[in-house]
Amino acid sequence: MVRIGYETTDCPDIMKPVESALRVRGLTKRFDRLAVDALDLTVQSGEFYALVGPNGAGKTTTLRMVAGLSRPDAGSVAVFGVDALRDPVAAKQMMAWVSDEPMIYDKLTPLEYLEFVAGLWGVDPAVSGRSARDLLVSLGLEPHLHERCEGFSKGMRQKVALAGALVHDPRLIILDEPLTGLDAVSARHVKGLLGDRVRAGCTVIMTTHILEVAERMADRIGVIASGRLVAEGTLAELRQQNGHNDTSLEDLFIALVNVEATAA
Amino acid sequence: MSSATALTWFARHEFRLAWREWLAMMTGGRRGRKRRAIIGLIAFAAIMHLPAYAVIGRFADLQAPLDKSTLIVITATILLAWALMLSQAIESVTRVFYARADLDLIMSSPVALANVFSVRIAAIALSVTGMALVLSTPFVDVLVIGGGVRWFSAYGVVMAIGLSAAAVAIAVTIVLFRLIGPSRTRLVAQILAAIIGAGFVIALQIAAILSYSTLSRFAVLTSDAAAAFAPDIESIVWWPARAALGDGEALLLLLAGGLVLLGAVMAIFSPGFADIVVRASTNATPSRQGSRAMVFRASSRQQALRRKEFVLLRRDPWLVSQTLIQLLYLVPPALLLWRSFADSSLAIVLITPVIVMAAGQLAGGLAWLTISGEDAADLVATAPLPASRVIRAKIEVVLIAIGAIFAPLVAALLFASPLQAAVTAVGVIVASTSATAIQLWFRVQARRSQFRRRQTSSRLATFAEAFSSIGWAATAALALAVPLVAPVTGLLTAGILAATWKISPRQA
Repeated sequence: MVRIGYETTDCPDIMKPVESALRVRGLTKRFDRLAVDALDLTVQSGEFYALVGPNGAGKTTTLRMVAGLSRPDAGSVAVFGVDALRDPVAAKQMMAWVSDEPMIYDKLTPLEYLEFVAGLWGVDPAVSGRSARDLLVSLGLEPHLHERCEGFSKGMRQKVALAGALVHDPRLIILDEPLTGLDAVSARHVKGLLGDRVRAGCTVIMTTHILEVAERMADRIGVIASGRLVAEGTLAELRQQNGHNDTSLEDLFIALVNVEATAA
Repeated sequence: MSSATALTWFARHEFRLAWREWLAMMTGGRRGRKRRAIIGLIAFAAIMHLPAYAVIGRFADLQAPLDKSTLIVITATILLAWALMLSQAIESVTRVFYARADLDLIMSSPVALANVFSVRIAAIALSVTGMALVLSTPFVDVLVIGGGVRWFSAYGVVMAIGLSAAAVAIAVTIVLFRLIGPSRTRLVAQILAAIIGAGFVIALQIAAILSYSTLSRFAVLTSDAAAAFAPDIESIVWWPARAALGDGEALLLLLAGGLVLLGAVMAIFSPGFADIVVRASTNATPSRQGSRAMVFRASSRQQALRRKEFVLLRRDPWLVSQTLIQLLYLVPPALLLWRSFADSSLAIVLITPVIVMAAGQLAGGLAWLTISGEDAADLVATAPLPASRVIRAKIEVVLIAIGAIFAPLVAALLFASPLQAAVTAVGVIVASTSATAIQLWFRVQARRSQFRRRQTSSRLATFAEAFSSIGWAATAALALAVPLVAPVTGLLTAGILAATWKISPRQA
């Protein structure tokens, strides 16, 4: 039987007074062109933050730098007050990253994969074994617990990767297009799981092209274009900022991005 | 579009794909290197004439009629070439059936699938033959220059055996498919392709060791026993050898035989190609129920990484077979070692360079798999442990695997000669460490499934790895045979490593 939702443990240390879950200042990255342009971004602890923007806006590049997968040319990244560039190991201990292209090991079963991830994060095996199974069951993967991942569809792989990201109880979860390739039922499982995590005190930052998801799930939305944050706030704040009191996020997004494109 | 036009059009499309794939392999997938790749290839072909002359130059004056021993040597050489072509053809046929890149497009198009796959199989036959013609050119050139134009007929022999190798490869793959099913066929065919080429040479060496206590396979081929066992001079078995020497009738019969064989195989099997492709594509990545669960509850994060690497190696027999293929070459020297206990032959010294060379090559393959072939690179990169510890865990996996494989051989040598065992152990450690270091300096992020193409990502790393293994093998051999010269080759090899490090991306 598939359960929607998952009994989460509270995110550790959430009661500690920290200024923010993520604080990015002057973040800059250049490839052939400027991908991220002196970006400032702050996400509060316990917040569900959605980063939206057109293709090539710099969303993934930004989050990859936050996750320690790419080094910025300039700027600073602080995760719960820890300088992620100076002490990446301490920052990574609190974070989880899920990419839009789930990279998992074909020759491991989902349970083995989660146990491996738990081992990497140094989680107590007695705890991780139980929570790994619970996570996979909650994502509808119970019939496949002991199958190798090599025959899995993209959606199933995405769910295994997501379960792997959650098995070590991260305080900050960063997801790049986590709903890509998922069917409606799976997408609902994932959304439920993320909502539960936020309610338990975790912070979630997610990029998405599905604006409806951002509109319904996110506490705050950041709109990024040409490597810069062009607007930020709750949906109501975004509407107010742009003088459209009754418009959808999609209309707002198009208006904001068009303004940015014209300015550029 | 008529059927004939469609077939021609599809054949052109296949050749364009094959050409671009080959070019990408030669240039390492980087654009703008086409001219350099072609110049490099021409230079390589020119240089290859030197070793070709050394190997085959003395046979240029051969004239018919030949004695049985010579016929046996030529026929065995042709058989070896055929085995190598068969190996390549099996690998290519497997790829046609299992590569899914354009299958959906082709199978949803309104063309006769049997025809389409016939063209694809014909393209394999031509590409296998074409590659064999290119590789044989320096050897045939040497024979033509030294022995006259009659040797041009050797090209015809290469074409005939290329066609027959492709035909046998198709038949073997399809028969395997029907006997053991799609998922097992993929694995078995790939392993078969990997060991077929090496198997022939090794079988000859084993026969030579058992009969004559030497590693030279010519000892068996030129022996009286082989001549007595071989068929009569007029036998059909010698047609390829006679055709290579310029016998026009034998050549025509051989070419006709190759074409008829390929045509017959295509006629018999092509109606079922589409069905096989459909079944293969739906079974290409089977899930395995009830895998024995591996416990990752490690005492440290590095231990979790090490265990993961060992499990992945153990669970991918194809990768392991590709990596361990070098170990097959250890069978003859191991046999020689065993024989040497009986007669105290000095040939035992030959074992050390073989072991050192194999260790270097094996370490290079394993190091690529563990260091570069990381399927979940993002996961490992975001894990809370320093990159240096990740790398250290991966290097440990390579060295533990090498130690486990080579320790028994070194221990066996200890009984024969403690000094040789010590030199071999040092050689294995140095060669493995060097190969691992080269992989570390040239590491790239890649999928493990790209292992087959690992050598194209950096030609420099490939050559450096080969020269390093050869250099340390030579140093170990000289340390036992001419100790005063060993430091010279040792320093030269160290120099190659230093130069490689200097120009590697990690240093730049």
